[in-house]
Amino acid sequence: MFGWEFPPHIAGGLGTACYGMTKGLAYNDVDVLFVMPSASGDEDESAVKIINASDVAVDTVSATVDEFLGKVQFVHIGTNMVPYVDPQDFKTIVEEERKRQIKGFRVQYGQKYKFSGKYGANLMEEVARYAMVGATIAMQYKDQFDVIHAHDWLTYLAGIAAKQLTGKPLVVHMHATSYDRASDDQVDTRVVDLETKGMMAADKVMAVSELTRNICINRYGIDPEKVVAVHNAVDFTGREKLEVERNVKEKVVTFLGRVTYQKGPEYFIEAAAKVLKRCKDVRFVMAGSGDMLNRCIRHVARLGISDRFHFTGFLRGKEVHKMFALSDVYVMPSISEPFGISPLEAMQTNVPSIISKQSGCAEILKYALKVDFWDVDAMSDAIYGLLQYPAISQLAARCGYDEVNSIKWNDVAAKIKGIYQEVIDKN
Amino acid sequence: MKKSICLYFQVHQPNRLRLYRFFDIGKDSHYYDDFANRTILRRVAQKCYLPMNALLLELIEANKGAFKVAFSISGSVLEQFDRYAPEVIDSFRKLAQTGSVEFLSETYYHSLASLASPIEFKNQVLKHKEAIEHYFGVTPKAFRNTELIYSDAIGEMVYDMGFKTMLTEGARHVLGWKSPNFVYNCAQASGLKLLLKNSSLSDDIAFRFSDRTWADWPLTGEKYLSWLKTAAKNDDIVNLFMDYETFGEHQKAASGIFDFMRFLPEVVLADGEFEFVTPSQATKKHRPVAELDVPDPISWADEERDVTAWLGNELQNDAFNKLNEQTEKLALLNDESLWSDFGHLQESDHFYYMCTKFFSDGAVHKYFNPYDTPYEAFINYMNVLSDFILRVNDAISVSDVNFAAAKEEKTPVKKTAKKASTARKPVSKKPIKK
Repeated sequence: MFGWEFPPHIAGGLGTACYGMTKGLAYNDVDVLFVMPSASGDEDESAVKIINASDVAVDTVSATVDEFLGKVQFVHIGTNMVPYVDPQDFKTIVEEERKRQIKGFRVQYGQKYKFSGKYGANLMEEVARYAMVGATIAMQYKDQFDVIHAHDWLTYLAGIAAKQLTGKPLVVHMHATSYDRASDDQVDTRVVDLETKGMMAADKVMAVSELTRNICINRYGIDPEKVVAVHNAVDFTGREKLEVERNVKEKVVTFLGRVTYQKGPEYFIEAAAKVLKRCKDVRFVMAGSGDMLNRCIRHVARLGISDRFHFTGFLRGKEVHKMFALSDVYVMPSISEPFGISPLEAMQTNVPSIISKQSGCAEILKYALKVDFWDVDAMSDAIYGLLQYPAISQLAARCGYDEVNSIKWNDVAAKIKGIYQEVIDKN
Repeated sequence: MKKSICLYFQVHQPNRLRLYRFFDIGKDSHYYDDFANRTILRRVAQKCYLPMNALLLELIEANKGAFKVAFSISGSVLEQFDRYAPEVIDSFRKLAQTGSVEFLSETYYHSLASLASPIEFKNQVLKHKEAIEHYFGVTPKAFRNTELIYSDAIGEMVYDMGFKTMLTEGARHVLGWKSPNFVYNCAQASGLKLLLKNSSLSDDIAFRFSDRTWADWPLTGEKYLSWLKTAAKNDDIVNLFMDYETFGEHQKAASGIFDFMRFLPEVVLADGEFEFVTPSQATKKHRPVAELDVPDPISWADEERDVTAWLGNELQNDAFNKLNEQTEKLALLNDESLWSDFGHLQESDHFYYMCTKFFSDGAVHKYFNPYDTPYEAFINYMNVLSDFILRVNDAISVSDVNFAAAKEEKTPVKKTAKKASTARKPVSKKPIKK
């Protein structure tokens, strides 16, 4: 299995999902070799064996280096295509890039490469290097695995390389697509390209929801037969119930997530303004940070509701749980959400949730209220209802709690195991 | 008659707010970053207030009273002096005793109350007057509003409070072809005389003094005097108004600012064309030449010289309105700590931090600014304000219950006593005497 991150060092939901999945697979008697760019050594290896790509030298693939160079070269060319740069800057960037490449390649042959494992400017270069190292690892462990599973576009090159070298079947896992990360006119074409390559080369594509599956089929042109939806689960073990003393008397309605275009924060603000016109004893909280935050703050001030609408900035770890524990209603108005784990966390904390129909988790959650993200009226109506009518909020909280606790990685892993079996048999 | 130079220095430090999260609302009602406030105050006291006060005292004594200056010291900074650097108050008191230093009146909290509520404005001016009398034993006679904010309407309020002199900005868009170097009348209250800041000459000291890329660097007393003469060729008075922190803080001691100030009085007095006056003396000495029409508020800030540095975007306006909505409720309460927090939350600096005009006047806006962005400033302020509003509402409901209980008892004596105390509370809290 090729991943990019693994708890405890995670930047996004990918690491958490990989962790839950590998534990579930272990429960289903599937052994997992987990390759990641930069392991720190404190990862939980109870269910998996973790291979740190930074510890592997690349010398054994010398025969295939030529083939790789082509791919690596391609990615580098892509890296240079930065939008909104004037010719002067472009020249400097290209020059620097060229110098670095020469230097970079010199250390690559027969040496270890220290991956940062972070999502930074050199991401593309790391992706390419990771592919080379991944191939080496695949050769080294050739006899120990039956199927290759690559998570998200970052690892697809590595997956493809491993497949070509070992002839083992490849499964790629779409946790998110480029079209979820940005609006249509801003998608990163380099990433779309890698995603398409990965899905084309794969024997099977797993998508985290039907929504994502449809994007794979319609936007990337992947054969519908090849794509299956495998919904995520959440692992709540080891989480103690947090007792939090409430600080305000009013009911609290929360938005929690990156404050970016695709999360729909502005619809939340509009809905808040509508609710506040009707009832005063409620506060809205937008927890999280992102490129739309400042715009949202101005929006709130313009609507004149800033004494009832609060911003917390980026929350981490325990603060997130605390925020859930303080909330009475959770709203996820995402414009496009491949899956969306946070409503599950909210419901696990007994917080009734309102989610957009454009989110993957809407497909499996029965006891969350669902609205179209653009339908601010419906959203404010749902918020108002959950605040004012205890009957519905109690029902949503109680049944929602049971519902999310029944979504187990073990069941998901069983499904994944079936898919593994299928591609192995076909091979 | 000799021409005049009027020097006035503004002394103010805000009570900066601590990082106040949403989670603190309703739980913790201490709003201030005591550590930062103390550190900054102590630093500025060491670099500016103490050495500059000592220098001014020396100059006044050396020139036997011929050198005069005026100060406006906000109540907010007086509270901080009291708490963190009482020796600064002593040094100002020494200056007060020379008789050559005038202390001006302003709003206690360095607030924008003049733009929001005439009653609150008056309360704060009276509160400040008491503080100045208490600390320095003098009664302020001339008025200067926060950041030199002025309009015809504000002038009228100030005149009605009994002031005859007010300081403001010589804003070009108001003056037109007129010179700032004369005394003017307020258009709505002709008894109020206006002194207008000479921006260019004031900024030569306050902003440009240490700028080595400036064509006129280095600035000497002689050079400056020649500019003063050119500026006031056919005029009466040059008003040099600036932040007191100019000396030693904005312009570092190493720039030679103290030496410049040490020799300036000597150079000016030896020349004989000018004499130093305080604002009240200036308006007695010079006759007003015309009325000044200022329908919209002006100030001494930024290129625009208006109030958009504090109330120029939707963040500032929303915060300001939400704050002022509390005035009515507070009038019913006699709670010392609520009134004090209300005052500190009115300090203009909080709104200044929310200013988004960063790119033109960034350097000044960023000075002493605890926030990276105006958005952070706004979020933090609104969190604090939300807690404050909670406290006000709680106090109101408690006093309502008490009031109802008192009514229930139907003992006439108690009833009237209760009524009187609720109704007269704001008055008793801030006694109004003329």
